[in-house]
Amino acid sequence: MPDMFQDAHSDDFKNNLPQRKQRGKLGQTLFLISTVVGIIALLALLYNITNEMFGLVAVQYQTDPATLSDRPLSELSQPELVTILEENISRGLFRRYDREAPIAERSREDLLALIDERVVGSQIVAAYPAIDSIIDRAAIEAEVAEKYPEARVEWKSWLNPDFVASPMSSTPLFAGVRTALLGSLWMISITILVAVPIGVGAAIYLEEYASHESMINKVIQANINNLAGVPSIIYGMLGLAIFVRALEPITSGAAFGIAGNNGRTLLSAALTMALLILPIIIISAQEAIRAVPRSLRLASYGIGATKWQTIRSHVLPVAFPSILTGIILAISRAIGETAPLILVGASTYIVTDPNGPFSNFTALPIQIYNWTSQPQAEFRNLAAAAIIVLLTVLLSMNAIAVYLRNRFQRQL
Amino acid sequence: MTDIKMATAEHQTTAASNGNSELFKRIKNPIIAARNLGLFYGHNEALRDVNFEVPVNSITALIGPSGCGKSTLLRCFNRMNDLIPIVRISGEVNYRGHNLYGDQVDPVEVRRRIGMVFQKPNPFPKSVYDNVAWGAKINGYKGNMDELVERSLRRAALWEEVKDKLKESGLALSGGQQQRLCIARTIATEPEIILMDEPCSALDPIATLKIEELMRELQTEYTIIIVTHNMQQAARASDYTAMMMLTDDREAGTVVEYNETDTIFTNPRDKRTEDYITGRFG
Ligand SMILES: Nc1ncnc2c1ncn2[C@@H]1O[C@H](COP(=O)(O)OP(=O)(O)OP(=O)(O)O)[C@@H](O)[C@H]1O
Ligand SMILES: [Mg+2]
Repeated sequence: MPDMFQDAHSDDFKNNLPQRKQRGKLGQTLFLISTVVGIIALLALLYNITNEMFGLVAVQYQTDPATLSDRPLSELSQPELVTILEENISRGLFRRYDREAPIAERSREDLLALIDERVVGSQIVAAYPAIDSIIDRAAIEAEVAEKYPEARVEWKSWLNPDFVASPMSSTPLFAGVRTALLGSLWMISITILVAVPIGVGAAIYLEEYASHESMINKVIQANINNLAGVPSIIYGMLGLAIFVRALEPITSGAAFGIAGNNGRTLLSAALTMALLILPIIIISAQEAIRAVPRSLRLASYGIGATKWQTIRSHVLPVAFPSILTGIILAISRAIGETAPLILVGASTYIVTDPNGPFSNFTALPIQIYNWTSQPQAEFRNLAAAAIIVLLTVLLSMNAIAVYLRNRFQRQL
Repeated sequence: MTDIKMATAEHQTTAASNGNSELFKRIKNPIIAARNLGLFYGHNEALRDVNFEVPVNSITALIGPSGCGKSTLLRCFNRMNDLIPIVRISGEVNYRGHNLYGDQVDPVEVRRRIGMVFQKPNPFPKSVYDNVAWGAKINGYKGNMDELVERSLRRAALWEEVKDKLKESGLALSGGQQQRLCIARTIATEPEIILMDEPCSALDPIATLKIEELMRELQTEYTIIIVTHNMQQAARASDYTAMMMLTDDREAGTVVEYNETDTIFTNPRDKRTEDYITGRFG
């Protein structure tokens, strides 16, 4: 280097410089490594899920559909299907179905599904992960031919429209995620309705109105900060004690004239989740409000605005995108939480859709948890598919939030 | 340092009121006046014994070294200090003879009558139109809003530059335009006094001159008090000048000399004022 910068201190500086640059390099490398590790973990998760979600299955029938009729079942008319059903299932079962909904009036799709389940009785006898299925199909077919001579090998995506649209079933082939999906959506909607207004309101109060010096407020603030770190199972216990037990008349709907329920309802679960995410919403909203530049408030006060006008027209709109980000993070957490739901009594096996805040229910994470703990391997495939449904719900909520945030930021 | 010590010792008796009393006699009917005003931030005294009167439709400059309490004093005039919880105030600020700190007085009303323009331009993150209209709207303006916005922007010498982008964000304007937008916003609430805290410190000389011209125009309808570090600006743009300094124990600020601007700049009574305006201070 030319000595254009030579002076009394330049030696110190020059000796120092490589070291300073090296430190920068070191930091950069570390950050790169952490990013890579994160991405690898994510890819591993996705690989795992995809691997279980698709793949070859060996399907075996109780009764070959070809023996039921000389034409393919899907081409038969509604009355023909009714006849097949009547001839092939026990009278008692037929009557039971008839009571649920008159068989003669059911649609063809309904009947086909029923015949499929009860008469044909397709059953998956073996399932294989996607990667094996792709690279080693011949071996799998050989294995199936040997072990289950009557079974057919076919490609199956466990995540399909039927999976999303069918209720829970104990047969993996027919089990779907509708009940759990609706349960999760119901729960999250009620949670949002409860937690967002309370959380944002509390944040506004704590930031704008409460005196930051007063002892009580300091204690409250410290408590909120700590609550955000309390394990979710504790909230579950709290929810069990308060909402399920103590407030049973309200959460079961008895107080509103809805009889026959216990306190293990959607409402209890949603309120518990609301408690769980309140601290997160409060803290993030507080930070968002605090980040609004003081000059903006001064400008507003300076032309004679009242405190509320200032908050309403300037502070909240500017803080809104960040508040929304906090809310979304909190909601994402609530959708994925499992432990509190187990405690407040989400059902693990339920086939009726929730129809209001006072229904018994199940939720996606519970369903996933339940499926992963079943002995049959096929349930793990279902779990993988349900995980994708859960992730899709999460991503769509995030997408909505990003959209809203961008819209609001553009308005500013 | 020793210079200042000597100077302060020499002028120990030249308390604020002494230098000002003659002027006060000449000021008939002041629109706003501080009487023995004192202010503490917690335990730190920031203002002591400030006596100061401003005549209607004048431009008064507040000058003085950094940290002597100019901004603090300015904020006393529209009760902006109320927003700082630790502030304690003693003495009076009389507006048309009524104490602004009296029991019956609502600071919201005070701030509407006595508007403020800040050092850094701080338009709302809203459209140019809404920036001007909002203040008037919340204060219950019932007239034609479009007219008011146009009138205010014209008064602030900004109309020609923004008339085609009223719907665009106020933040998209240049710094000088933003500051004039802030002035327009203040004017729109029809105040009687406009307080300006170093309104030109973030602006280039041309924008600064524009604002000074604007002040001269506004003077016909409003009374203006402006804090400035720019001696030329004070000399050029103001009718009266108040010199603020720390008190002799260097704890609080006070007005040491207050007079017609010409007199302050040509024939200062106080040695400290002379040192300051000729640049020999500190
Ligand atoms: N919000 C505040 N809280 C506590 N002390 C403050 C606050 N604002 C100002 N002070 C103190 O009051 C004194 C006067 O400050 P002020 O801002 O009024 O000075 P100034 O004359 O406007 O200075 P400058 O020319 O640098 O703007 C300073 O000592 C400052 O530290
Ligand atoms: Mg200042």
